[in-house]
Amino acid sequence: MEIAVISGKGGTGKSSISAAFATLNGKVVLADCDVDAANLYLIFNPSYEEEIVYISGSKAVIDHSLCTNCGICMDYCRFDAISLINDRVSISELACDGCVLCSRICPENAITMAVNAKSRMYSGSFRNGEMVYGRLSPGEENSGKLVNMVREKAKQLSKEYGLETVILDGPPGIGCPVISTLTGVDRVVIVTEPTISGLHDMQRLAGLIKKFNPEAYLIINKYDLNISMSTQIEKWCEENYIPVAGKLSFDKNVVEAMLQGKSIIELNPYSNISKKIKVIWNKIINQKK
Amino acid sequence: MIKIAIASGKGGTGKTFISTNIFYTLQKKNFNTILVDCDAEAPNDVAFFDTELISSNEVMQMVPVINNENCTFCGKCHEYCNYNAIFLLPPMKIINVIEDLCHGCGACTVACQFEAISEKPVSLGQVTSYSTYDTNSIIEARINIGVMSPVSVIKAAINKIDTEADIAILDSPPGTSCPFIQTVAQTDYVILVTEPTPFGFSDLKQSVETLRIINKPFGVIINRADIGNNSVREYLRKENISLLMEIPFKKEIAGLYSRGKIVAATDMSFRKQLQEIVENIATDGNSSN
Repeated sequence: MEIAVISGKGGTGKSSISAAFATLNGKVVLADCDVDAANLYLIFNPSYEEEIVYISGSKAVIDHSLCTNCGICMDYCRFDAISLINDRVSISELACDGCVLCSRICPENAITMAVNAKSRMYSGSFRNGEMVYGRLSPGEENSGKLVNMVREKAKQLSKEYGLETVILDGPPGIGCPVISTLTGVDRVVIVTEPTISGLHDMQRLAGLIKKFNPEAYLIINKYDLNISMSTQIEKWCEENYIPVAGKLSFDKNVVEAMLQGKSIIELNPYSNISKKIKVIWNKIINQKK
Repeated sequence: MIKIAIASGKGGTGKTFISTNIFYTLQKKNFNTILVDCDAEAPNDVAFFDTELISSNEVMQMVPVINNENCTFCGKCHEYCNYNAIFLLPPMKIINVIEDLCHGCGACTVACQFEAISEKPVSLGQVTSYSTYDTNSIIEARINIGVMSPVSVIKAAINKIDTEADIAILDSPPGTSCPFIQTVAQTDYVILVTEPTPFGFSDLKQSVETLRIINKPFGVIINRADIGNNSVREYLRKENISLLMEIPFKKEIAGLYSRGKIVAATDMSFRKQLQEIVENIATDGNSSN
């Protein structure tokens, strides 16, 4: 079973809750799908078993010894990536989308494509199972494809080691990497916080989730920071048929656990917050479709 | 005009909090200021102000439309498409455009020799301008739910900045990939907001590496400064990065923010600190030019 933990708004506690879920009981496969800012490896320090190069795309590069400055490529480029700089046709690496059209239409064959090969996917074992995570090199696109690769690897490890539960720690937002994290999962856990941004971002995420129709649950993290906002979120969820699996109070031990390289469950399995997380997990897992 | 981006690798560190409070502070000092909400997946800045709608524009992208009567199923468009957005089964005479994958580069229209491909515009999202108080305005980028990449909408929002204004504050999306780069690329200075936890620290280092690659001046605000440990401060000292401000975690601040209130409206010493940060950035920027 694949369970995705996502949030819309960043910093609501996805990774801390994913880490807690991953250390509750039986061994699991843990996949960090926040390839733009992978953090779970900091808690679990997995063994280094495999490193795979991820090609995120390519960028057009111009060979000035062949270019005649005819400007045809400039006319065709729809990303405003090609311009005349000091009377010379230049391609902006930043603006180039990697569509290859300029390279195809250049009559002098002066444009080639250079691949971006700086991103990586890693996998290895950690103290409660297997772990996969991706690291997208700065400035790169197509993070959704890297998320797909991470999920494929996680599924493979799940079969190989007979670990049924796969936990996906998702990225923030509602764009490409989130869509890749959501597609085809069995359960979605939305982690939100009682702020106006938390409410808005959760609503937009819920709109996205509707398109995929998985079973979705909500956790209100740090709910006691604004109880009336929490009530508002609960009400909205009720009206929109999203069950609230639980509310967690603000707890300084969550940061303390992170500092010690532990999940909140590992730091203190009998604390109130740990008990609550167990109850939430059981609700999510045991619900029959 | 001076453009300042507010960014962070990790989500939820307080980008929107800092952006909205700086905007408010500068307004009160009678600067002609524009706030650009570039977090197109999860825009929230507008919720913090009393605003009046000025205008809203759809951001469009072209996608191909296939005329089956002219199509010979030769497969050249499929070959030219670098995004796998054209699905083709020649023996079955099936050809489909997967609009979600299309980047609108136009390569397929160039590839087709049989006049079988035309194009139609589809909406990616909106750029909306709002006015607050007198001359100041907020520009919001917002992608439609289900759209993969926010980059085009972010670019369109940034293009709307009136360069006659004194200062533009760009509230960046989280992470260090393409949406972040597009936001910070044309700014004069980047304020990174972090928190002193292992996750915050790890993502901060990634942001710093990225900004150094693209050669942007930047400084750091540590939010929730009294949680976590000292690693971030030690790192900043060692790397000679300016620490602009530390903001302690206070339940009152969290409470005000959660209700969509501007802290600088009532906390004068906070407002003064923000004002000094911007003044210092402006003077340094002018002296180096």
